[in-house]
Amino acid sequence: MNKQNNFIKSTFIVLYFIFIVASFVMNFQPGKQIGLNFTTFAIEMLKILPCAFILIGLFEVWVKKEKVEKHLGEGSGMMSYFWVILLAGTTVGGLYVAFPVAYTLFKKGAKLSVIFTYLGASGICRIPMTIFEASFMGIKFSIIRLLVSIPLVIFSSILLGNYLEKRNYKIRTKGEL
Amino acid sequence: MFYYLLSITICALIISFIFDKNKTIKALKIAYKKFMNILPAFLVMLILVSIVLFLVPDKMIINYLGTKNKFFSVILASIFGSITLMPGFIAYPLCGILLKKGVSYMVLAAFTTTLMMVGVLSYPVEKEYFGAKVTIIRNLISFIISIIVAIAIGFFFGELI
Repeated sequence: MNKQNNFIKSTFIVLYFIFIVASFVMNFQPGKQIGLNFTTFAIEMLKILPCAFILIGLFEVWVKKEKVEKHLGEGSGMMSYFWVILLAGTTVGGLYVAFPVAYTLFKKGAKLSVIFTYLGASGICRIPMTIFEASFMGIKFSIIRLLVSIPLVIFSSILLGNYLEKRNYKIRTKGEL
Repeated sequence: MFYYLLSITICALIISFIFDKNKTIKALKIAYKKFMNILPAFLVMLILVSIVLFLVPDKMIINYLGTKNKFFSVILASIFGSITLMPGFIAYPLCGILLKKGVSYMVLAAFTTTLMMVGVLSYPVEKEYFGAKVTIIRNLISFIISIIVAIAIGFFFGELI
C-alpha cells in the first residue's frame, strides 16, 4: 500500500516536471505560468525551511523531554496554552512550518490540545503578520479577529485533544519523521 | 523576515557550538534527516500550489469577492481562502485593494482567516505528520472558526444588518 503510494507520488512528480520543461521548450503559456508559480513558492519556502529545521534540530538536542512535559504536557495547566500561543506568535512562514514544529513538540511530550492550539495559533497569531494585517485592515479588525479566534482555537483544541486521547490516538505510526 | 530568521538561526548555532560541538553536529544531522524525510510531501504541495494558483489567479478572487450577496461572498471567500496558499505580504495588500473596492470587512475576514488556518493544499504535508483523519478534522474545525470570526467581524463593523 505504502510502496504503491510512493510510486504514484514519484510518477506524479516526474510527469509534472516533464510537463513544465516541455512547456518551456514549446512555449506553452499556461505550463510556463505554472512553472513560474512553482519557482516563486519554492524560493519562498527554501528561504524559511532550512532555518526552521535547524532550529528544530537544536531544540531536539538541547531541550529535555521533562521540561516540555512539565510545561506543555499532561497536568500542565492553562499556562501551557499561553506559552504555546507565544511560541506560535514568533513562528514565521505559515502552517507548513508549524507542522514539523508541532510534531517535534508532541514527540517531546506536549499534550494534544496544546499541539492543536499551537497549529491554530500559528495561523492566526503570528506577530509580524498581525502587524502587517493591522496596517492594511486597521487595528480594530486585528483586535476583534484575535479576541474572537484565540478562545475558539483553545476551546476546540481541548475538545479535539480529549476526543483523540479517549480514542487512544497515536500520532504517525509508520516510522519517525 | 528572511534575514530575521537567518540571523536567529546563525546566532543559535554559534551559541550551541560554543557550548557543545558534538551536540550541535548532532542537531544538524537531525535537521537534515527530518528535512529530507518530509521533502517529497513538500514537493507535492508545491506542485499543487503552482497549479491551483494558475487556475485561481488573484484577478479571479478580486472579481468574485465583490458580489452583492454578502453571505454568498463569505462562503466563496472562505473557499478561496481554504484552497489557495499565499504569504501574508501578498494577501494583505490584496485585501487592502479589495477594501478600497468596497468589499466588506466580513468577507475579507473570512478570506484571510481561512487562508491562514485552513490548508487544503498543505494536506500532503500535514497528513504525513498527523495522519489523514486528524488533518481533515482539524481543517474542518478551522473552517468553522473562520466563519464565526467573519460573522463577529461583520457584527462589530455593522455589516450584518
